[in-house]
Amino acid sequence: MIKTSDLDVAYVAKLARLNLSDAETQLFQKQLGDVLKYADKLREVDVSHVEAAAHAVPIFNVFREDQPRDWLTAEQALSNAPRQANGLFIVTKVVE
Amino acid sequence: MTGKDLPALNIADLQALLCRREVSPLEVLDILRARIEDVDGTIDAYLSLDFEAAAKEAAKANVDLPLGGVPVAIKDIINIAGQPCTCASRILHGYRAPYDATVIRKLRTAGAIPFGKTNMDEFAMGSSTENSGVKLTRNPWDLSRVPGGSSGGSAAAVAADEAFGGLGTETGGSIRQPAALSGVVGVKPTYGRVSRFGVVAFASSLDQVGPLTKTVRDSALIMNAIAGHDPQETTSLNEPVPDYTAALGRDLRGIRLGLAKEYMIEGTDPQVKSAINAAVKHMNSLGGEIIDVSLPHTDYAIAVYYILATAEASANLARFDGVRYGHRAENPKDLLDHYGRTREEGFGPEVKRRIILGTYVLSSGYYDAYYLRAQKVRELIRHDFAKAFEKVDALISPTSPVPAFKLGERTDDPLQMYLADILTSPANLAGICGISLPCGFAKADKHQLPIGLQLLGKALDEARILQIAHAYEQSTDWHKARSPIAGTLGNA
Repeated sequence: MIKTSDLDVAYVAKLARLNLSDAETQLFQKQLGDVLKYADKLREVDVSHVEAAAHAVPIFNVFREDQPRDWLTAEQALSNAPRQANGLFIVTKVVE
Repeated sequence: MTGKDLPALNIADLQALLCRREVSPLEVLDILRARIEDVDGTIDAYLSLDFEAAAKEAAKANVDLPLGGVPVAIKDIINIAGQPCTCASRILHGYRAPYDATVIRKLRTAGAIPFGKTNMDEFAMGSSTENSGVKLTRNPWDLSRVPGGSSGGSAAAVAADEAFGGLGTETGGSIRQPAALSGVVGVKPTYGRVSRFGVVAFASSLDQVGPLTKTVRDSALIMNAIAGHDPQETTSLNEPVPDYTAALGRDLRGIRLGLAKEYMIEGTDPQVKSAINAAVKHMNSLGGEIIDVSLPHTDYAIAVYYILATAEASANLARFDGVRYGHRAENPKDLLDHYGRTREEGFGPEVKRRIILGTYVLSSGYYDAYYLRAQKVRELIRHDFAKAFEKVDALISPTSPVPAFKLGERTDDPLQMYLADILTSPANLAGICGISLPCGFAKADKHQLPIGLQLLGKALDEARILQIAHAYEQSTDWHKARSPIAGTLGNA
């Protein structure tokens, strides 16, 4: 069995691209520690003979014809953009 | 019937009046608007209202359609073209939906008029609506208590007679649990029965849309409108949709009802226990056969649910990055600062907590111990139901082990809040259908608190659980009881 529950909230927050205050980090460390301790009960279950289920319904590989159809206009797609110009999203600088 | 009494009507009765041209869709909207102005300052069920757009719809409504001219309240996680869709989150403050969700398009096709968006736990994460980033919604039966959640706004609006019916969504019980706590009917359809296209995703292997209504028949009417295949959604089931009202009115002779001992959990409120026992006896007297069954993996459902749901949520909520829509942090110094602060400022505490948990259980080294193991136990839970449904047509239980709890009572202890989903989340994990309907009251500090009866059916057996629920409902008076604030109608 793999070792569990050495959760490091500050590290996981970096992975999640989510800044947390020191107070939040400490609080979540305690609260999620409790949740993970509770989740440890799953280790009692014998799952050696079970295949994992991604979801409850056996649907796989749903395809449609690759045909153009009417959808949002560029203007509609940009209508909620925090910043935009010339029909483009303006984003924070990505390259140096 | 005076205008003041109209908001008390259920959808079926309102539609009959509309159909007979005894009232017009515009008059209905005006009366509803006045009712909301009267009581929503107290209940706080709505986040936004658009009566101007609704009036345009009402002016051309075809009242001969099944839901013709009927205004419907919509949880603020479902996109309605031109209206806000905030998921009660700061990160979507100011967002306006550019298109209709499939369920909205289908409601419109059936003649219904979406007019307002209801409060919810932020991104549907919660069981009390207290995680809303906007405001608290109050339980119409006792204003010091929660309406349940996450679809608490829709449930409270229906219970307070400030909506004829509404749509909610659920991932682990977010329709059935607020239905139970607010004393209304709520249906969680089979996974894949109702399209989620245009519904903001929380946990994609679990999410479903369903009705919250005053009666079982109203839920059947809404199901008739919203169920069915959607080529725009890959998990949508391509199965025929029956007329869900067709089986209503049959009695329970020949129906086998399963009672699982694992669903009378430790800590069940004694008043809930006795209401459910009485309901079981009553169903038996209506001809239902009661059979003991076992769902041995029930105790693991919450752990499985919170691992899978948070894992999926952490992936789904990655799209809120401040690039294409929603909140963006001011003057980011680089891209990491842009992401980190945008999400810090935009998300509330419960959403952050779940993103952290979900990211952790998916992270390298822990995936097998948590996520993969949870998926396997999920399969065992699904197998429990499959075995039970070999012996019975439906399972019967409380919807929630306790009636509505006090505002603030559980907010400091996330694990306690998570345990509120213990009797509802197994059905989401198994992808089956369920319904909650009123079956009695608990007394607490002079207030009457509704108790919900849950019926679970196998996949695509909505017609059956609606039939059973209807037989029970029509032979009892629980659905006629009105919340105190609904009782103020016509007295003003």
